[in-house]
Amino acid sequence: MTDNQALVGEFFINGDVACAEGAISAGCRFFAGYPITPATEVAERMSLRLPQVDGTYIQMEDEIASICAVLGASWAGVKAMTSTSGPGFSLMTENIGLGVMLETPCVVVDIQRAGPSTGLPTLVGQQDMMQARWGSHGSYEIIALSPSSPQHMFDLTIEAFNLSEKYRVPVLIMSDEVVGHMSEKVVIPYVDPDSLVERRRPSVSPNEYLPYQASDNLVPPMAIAGEGYHFHVTGLTHDERGYPVMTADAQDKLIRRLVDKIRLNKNDIIKYREFQLEDADIVVCAYGITTRIAQFAVELARNDGIRAGLLQLITIWPFAEDRIKELSQQAKSFIVPEINAGQIVFEVERCAADRAKTVLVPCMGGSVHSPENILTAIREAVC
Amino acid sequence: MLITNTVVDDKSIEKYLRQDRLPHIWCPGCGIGPVMSCFLRAIDRAGLDADSICVVSGIGCSGRVAGYVKLDSFHTTHGRPIPFASGLKLANPKLNVTVFSGDGDLVAIGGNHLIHAARRNLDMTVICVNNFNYGMTGGQVGPTAPFDARTTTTPYGNFESPFNLPYLLAASGASYVARWTVLHLRQLEKAIAEALLKPGFSFIEAIGPCPVVYGRMNKEPEGLDSLRYYQEKSVIRNGADPKDAGIELNGPI
Repeated sequence: MTDNQALVGEFFINGDVACAEGAISAGCRFFAGYPITPATEVAERMSLRLPQVDGTYIQMEDEIASICAVLGASWAGVKAMTSTSGPGFSLMTENIGLGVMLETPCVVVDIQRAGPSTGLPTLVGQQDMMQARWGSHGSYEIIALSPSSPQHMFDLTIEAFNLSEKYRVPVLIMSDEVVGHMSEKVVIPYVDPDSLVERRRPSVSPNEYLPYQASDNLVPPMAIAGEGYHFHVTGLTHDERGYPVMTADAQDKLIRRLVDKIRLNKNDIIKYREFQLEDADIVVCAYGITTRIAQFAVELARNDGIRAGLLQLITIWPFAEDRIKELSQQAKSFIVPEINAGQIVFEVERCAADRAKTVLVPCMGGSVHSPENILTAIREAVC
Repeated sequence: MLITNTVVDDKSIEKYLRQDRLPHIWCPGCGIGPVMSCFLRAIDRAGLDADSICVVSGIGCSGRVAGYVKLDSFHTTHGRPIPFASGLKLANPKLNVTVFSGDGDLVAIGGNHLIHAARRNLDMTVICVNNFNYGMTGGQVGPTAPFDARTTTTPYGNFESPFNLPYLLAASGASYVARWTVLHLRQLEKAIAEALLKPGFSFIEAIGPCPVVYGRMNKEPEGLDSLRYYQEKSVIRNGADPKDAGIELNGPI
């Protein structure tokens, strides 16, 4: 490591640390956080690393303050991130909505544990997946990614920053305790700063600048504080000038754009990985840590001559509905293992409609699935 | 004392106002507008570059200030302007960051952020317009409402004790603490200018009437008389011990 640079090389680190290193490589230079198991190691790593790269770390008084400080830092022109787990994520949701409304690039990491409430602080869950989508009040679209290994944590943290800068929206990394705390080999490449996406800045003078005048891809160029643009932004419904307008027409125009900038660009945003899906009539649809067990179950099923395959959801929101609709033409059943009592399964069921059966393999949290859980569901789906 | 009815034609702050957003939403006799004017004049008095100034507000009547100033300005969520402002300042220390909000926003829902920002001695100025109640929602009891004050949610009188803000902020670690009423325009402007230039956390409490709701419910005088009432209640004491600055109903300010 040299001064003012990201790490490069091979490391044996956990997912939380890999996430922090991904952020540094992505150009993140501000982190505000609050200790919470199992996400604390992200904050600890950032408190160590940010001063080495001329960045700023601050531990705030709570998670509400953390997300607000991250939004403020982003408006000062610095890439910013916070990390937390379920209880802290609940506290952040109102101001994730502010981030959506002000169109503020930032990254929020949720290392999910089992809930509700304090639940199992040290043990795994995938129980905030719908909260990620719907947690803040109002109508909006958001981007959420789901990493399945420490390497994936590194890679997706860079992806999260790129997406948030491109679409001016908070991007959520919906990880989990096992991915966060598991140590594996992580390869950190040299990340060329020129390969990173940076928010588009105004090309007009302050007099001509309208903060929310959207361009071709529905994402307005973003001024930052201190450069003489004298802009105003508000969490109230606003017009292109950023001024509050309390009418149904202004609401309609604004919310349609905020929603459409994600929905109409979904093919650019959505990523998934396929394993042995070509001839599959049983599709296991999994995400996060559960993917790894699901893939093993698919391999076991293949050994038994069952035509099973895996669809790994990498982007959770916006949802990969087109691909699932396609697969529902060929598949007999979708098997959805989740470490919750059923969340993403409802999205899969919606997309599969009546064309294929959808089966939930729930795990209430505290442990991951066993391959046999999933294999049994695959076998039952064949019958 | 004599109060002139002459309207002062003050052009010096026009450049800092979003005139296309006027008229503002504040009620006749409200104290927020004068505090905003003092702040805008204080920018020039302090000799600051307007490009470097950020105004961050929360929610409520005073929270609307950010929308009227022609500066980089942020209207955030209820209680959260201070942590938002903390992010702005920490990410770019060259910015001059001022939080402008009300007593409910800064001291009740945002009270924890207020004391922690003071504890950190973050280099920012917080201007708190204290009108003793939640004006925008129609006059409910707030954390600074005096004991026994009538509000829509204390119809039998406030049975809680209020915060003494200078005392709270001094104890929390603020570098500069001041209180003025909105009729002490020159003193308030000077205090804000001093606060803007003072490194560290500065806190200014501006006591302002809310004649339409709080004032009416507590039988305060109306119009200019309400301003006179606040001024006459004032006791000016520089370097006072902040623990003596508590406010009682109809008591000295």
